[in-house]
Amino acid sequence: MQPETTNRKLMWWGVNAIVLLYAFVPVLWIVSLSLKDDATLNDGNYIPTSPSNDSYTAIFNNPDFLRALMNSIGICIIATLIAIAFGTMAAYAIARLDFPGKRTIVAMALLVSMFPQIALVTPLFKIETAIGLFDTWPGLIIPYIAFALPLAIYTLSAFFREIPWDLEKAAKMDGATPYQAFRRVITPLAMPGIFTTAILVFISCWNDFLFALSLTSTSNARTVPAAMSYFTGATTFEKPTGPIAAAAVVITIPIVIFVLVFQRRIVAGLTSGAVKG
Amino acid sequence: MTATPTAAAAEAAEDRMDDGTTEIARQRHTDAKRAERKLGLMLVGPAVFIMLAVAAYPIIYAFWLSLNKADLRQPDANEFIWFDNYVTVLSSPIWWTAFGVTMLITIVGATLELILGMLLAIVMHRTIVGRGLVRTSALVPYAIVTVVAAFSWRFAWTQGLGWLAPENSAPLTEFWPSIGIIILAEVWKTVPFMALLLMAGLALVPEDLLKAASMDGANAWKRFWMVTVPLIKPAILVALLFRTLDAFRVFDNIFILTSGSNQTSSVSMVAYSNLIRGLNLGIGSAMSVLIFITTGIIAFAFIKFFGAAAPGSDAEGKR
Amino acid sequence: MAEIVLDHVVKRYPDGALAVDDFNLEIADGEFIILVGPSGCGKSTTLNMVAGLEDITAGKLIIDGQVVNDKAPKDRDIAMVFQSYALYPHMTVGDNMGFPLRLAGMDKATIRKKVEQAAEMLELTQHLDRKPANLSGGQRQRVAMGRAIVRSPKAFLMDEPLSNLDAKLRVQMRTQISRIQKNLGTTTLYVTHDQTEAMTLGDRVVVMRSGVVQQVGSPAHLYAHPANLFVAGFIGSPSMNFFPGRLRPDGVVTALGEAKLPDQIRQALDGSTAEREVIVGIRPEHFEEASLVGDKPGATFDAPIDIVEAMGSDVYAYFTMKGDQARSKDLEDLAKDTGNDLHSGGVEVTARLDAAANVQRGRTARLWYDTSKIQVFDGASGKNLVTTD
Ligand SMILES: Nc1ncnc2c1ncn2[C@@H]1O[C@H](COP(=O)(O)OP(=O)(O)O)[C@@H](O)[C@H]1O
Ligand SMILES: [Mg+2]
Repeated sequence: MQPETTNRKLMWWGVNAIVLLYAFVPVLWIVSLSLKDDATLNDGNYIPTSPSNDSYTAIFNNPDFLRALMNSIGICIIATLIAIAFGTMAAYAIARLDFPGKRTIVAMALLVSMFPQIALVTPLFKIETAIGLFDTWPGLIIPYIAFALPLAIYTLSAFFREIPWDLEKAAKMDGATPYQAFRRVITPLAMPGIFTTAILVFISCWNDFLFALSLTSTSNARTVPAAMSYFTGATTFEKPTGPIAAAAVVITIPIVIFVLVFQRRIVAGLTSGAVKG
Repeated sequence: MTATPTAAAAEAAEDRMDDGTTEIARQRHTDAKRAERKLGLMLVGPAVFIMLAVAAYPIIYAFWLSLNKADLRQPDANEFIWFDNYVTVLSSPIWWTAFGVTMLITIVGATLELILGMLLAIVMHRTIVGRGLVRTSALVPYAIVTVVAAFSWRFAWTQGLGWLAPENSAPLTEFWPSIGIIILAEVWKTVPFMALLLMAGLALVPEDLLKAASMDGANAWKRFWMVTVPLIKPAILVALLFRTLDAFRVFDNIFILTSGSNQTSSVSMVAYSNLIRGLNLGIGSAMSVLIFITTGIIAFAFIKFFGAAAPGSDAEGKR
Repeated sequence: MAEIVLDHVVKRYPDGALAVDDFNLEIADGEFIILVGPSGCGKSTTLNMVAGLEDITAGKLIIDGQVVNDKAPKDRDIAMVFQSYALYPHMTVGDNMGFPLRLAGMDKATIRKKVEQAAEMLELTQHLDRKPANLSGGQRQRVAMGRAIVRSPKAFLMDEPLSNLDAKLRVQMRTQISRIQKNLGTTTLYVTHDQTEAMTLGDRVVVMRSGVVQQVGSPAHLYAHPANLFVAGFIGSPSMNFFPGRLRPDGVVTALGEAKLPDQIRQALDGSTAEREVIVGIRPEHFEEASLVGDKPGATFDAPIDIVEAMGSDVYAYFTMKGDQARSKDLEDLAKDTGNDLHSGGVEVTARLDAAANVQRGRTARLWYDTSKIQVFDGASGKNLVTTD
């Protein structure tokens, strides 16, 4: 019995190693590129032979990048907070309250989540230009909220549905109005779910490229992914590879930290909304 | 007794009024019901408003634009031209090439993702060592910004720079290798997401059922096909639907990897080029609308033919 | 404290299910009423309508002379204890109990005082700062009681408050609830599917079945004079034995043989003395071993004992008599509820005998039953022919 379990463990460690390689090889490659110096950048080695922090120095001295980083952080945090606030409210109503038009709203959220964003680029471009939102923070925040809402609503309503009905009934019996039941009993209990959803929403905002590319024109509101794509064409850098890699690493760090710290919750959040139906 | 039926009914109603029953019957919504409805509408209000403002109104506007000439390079020549833009698009080889490329990426990508996703899901579900480690690392591709990953693949295949680049050819300048790399980038990023959805399905398969099947003489392969797969079919379909729709929108990877050169543009890419680079809003909007319609057809086909349950469709919880 | 009247109350769920039909009940101030019935018979629905958690389809709900059909739960001043206890997991015991008072906008000092009083009554004082997750089942149950008590509501509603406790604790809490209710004198409507709870707790018991009230009365009355087969079979543990029988002018013939009916039963049956098919009910405790009885009036028969269970204080003897099983809609419903729908050939009988009874497995024993306690039911309608209720 003993050697058999050992063998099975070894086998599983082997399988795990493949998964780890799968996940990390492309990530470590970009880290490696960001650490290469000019001389070794083009040597094609996976591992840098003479690591340097030149690329990082370069991007952190580049006002455009710093501005883009600030944009990314600010826009994503604000969009996440608002999407979570509205999403929590809507998800609670959909999961728990009886009101007319509920099915329509669920269908609408589903529709938005399936929406090809490209279909909105032009109209949003035109509308935002007309009302002066083009190339501003709100100009990105608003679409981000709209596209984060379906995700937030689905994930959160799955969490809300797991809270026992009896708690709301008890709150009502204890003299709470529906709003008080929501605010003082249900929301505190849904906090873990709300937090998880916030992480998912943040990741989805952080990942956006298309809107950032088409609804901005200057560094005023351009986020890092879009700014990175402009590094290539820019002439300020002789060889943009290093800085691009460094910028890529910088915006990957917060995400990797989220994943490391909140693995369990992210898994729970991603799987709760979608499958249980 | 000449009273008409209506009058009789009114009389009866009056009779009942005395004991207060009608009052109750007429006032169908109790205080509690009314408060609940009001709160419900108030709570969904902001979310509905934003989704309408950002998605519903613009798509209608896009449809309007697609019926106009709306070429920003000739702003004065704008006119209402009915479906001319659609005719132009649908008779353009560029559009159909892009459509073919998109379908190819979608179908091959989604198939690979399903297979690899299932393998990864089984690994995450079954591994007896380092489960947390596997799950955490599997989340990395999901969480990483697509553009970042795309740059990583691009640099890896760039001649004289990348660790994967062949000696004397530039794969990203040729059609088939480019498509291969685009699919690789898409698949790499989304297999974990697929795997997580499938793993949630696997977790719902009762362990006892598998034990019973193995007592009945089913080997691992048969157990998988005859017990697990039928039971997690809903999870598979939902995951596949989401991925198919997502793959059809492919943009970021192509933008970074090839910028659409060598006819590797997806439909989103050509629409983007017409809109932002070509400033031809009419043509671009027509493409947008066509993409929107295609997406709708895909979703409809899934729900109709495979019966994929829309998530949250069981929103009415039972009290 | 209040008087609650349910006047022709009907509940039809939006999906069309008729959960409660024409429910009439007047609950006096301070009364302890038990709603009992098999699961799914509409007890919770009735309770939720009184609470205001479900709206009333038709009829009137009157609390203290006022029609409250349309009032929200918070305006009815009624407290409820749930089967799941429904304690707020994020609040301490003290905060849980004080929650209704805080919602009512009471000042902190008063809330503290009231919570402490209730905690003392329920022996929860040293747990006030703990979270519900860290309490035992019995403690949680008491917190739920405490939350109901603190605000001195007009009435308590309890939906199977004890069914998540283990058997021993349930008995303890039962007496405690009874004591608290008597002390406070608060009108109480208590739902249970456990007939033992119903029999031990209530001033009056309402037996329900498929949304319809079967009988209302004191526990003793329901036990002695069940209105129909359903109530007879539901009340009492182990439950009543039923035999198809034939009524004759001078007595009744069943699988147990012929028995003379005592005068009072014969009188009660008067007017329907014609020979007819009936169902005869005999409670297990109305059997005895013949040699222990002496010359009390009754009938005797030979029972082929299958199984004997010695309980200490008494002996349960199980045996099967030849003959058809009693059949009726009521009995089928009961069988469905207990899940005991196995049919064997013959009538299965349970007898509860004195501990001194000399019965052995596999032997035939001479048993006696008390003919003055038997019930006679109409086979078709299930109505009790003896009781004029
Ligand atoms: N929300 C609901 N919608 C439709 N039917 C319901 C609902 N709640 C209960 N019912 C039905 O009403 C009947 C009575 O239910 P309930 O009052 O919960 O029974 P009990 O508490 O006696 O077990 C059952 O048949 C049940 O299926
Ligand atoms: Mg119930």
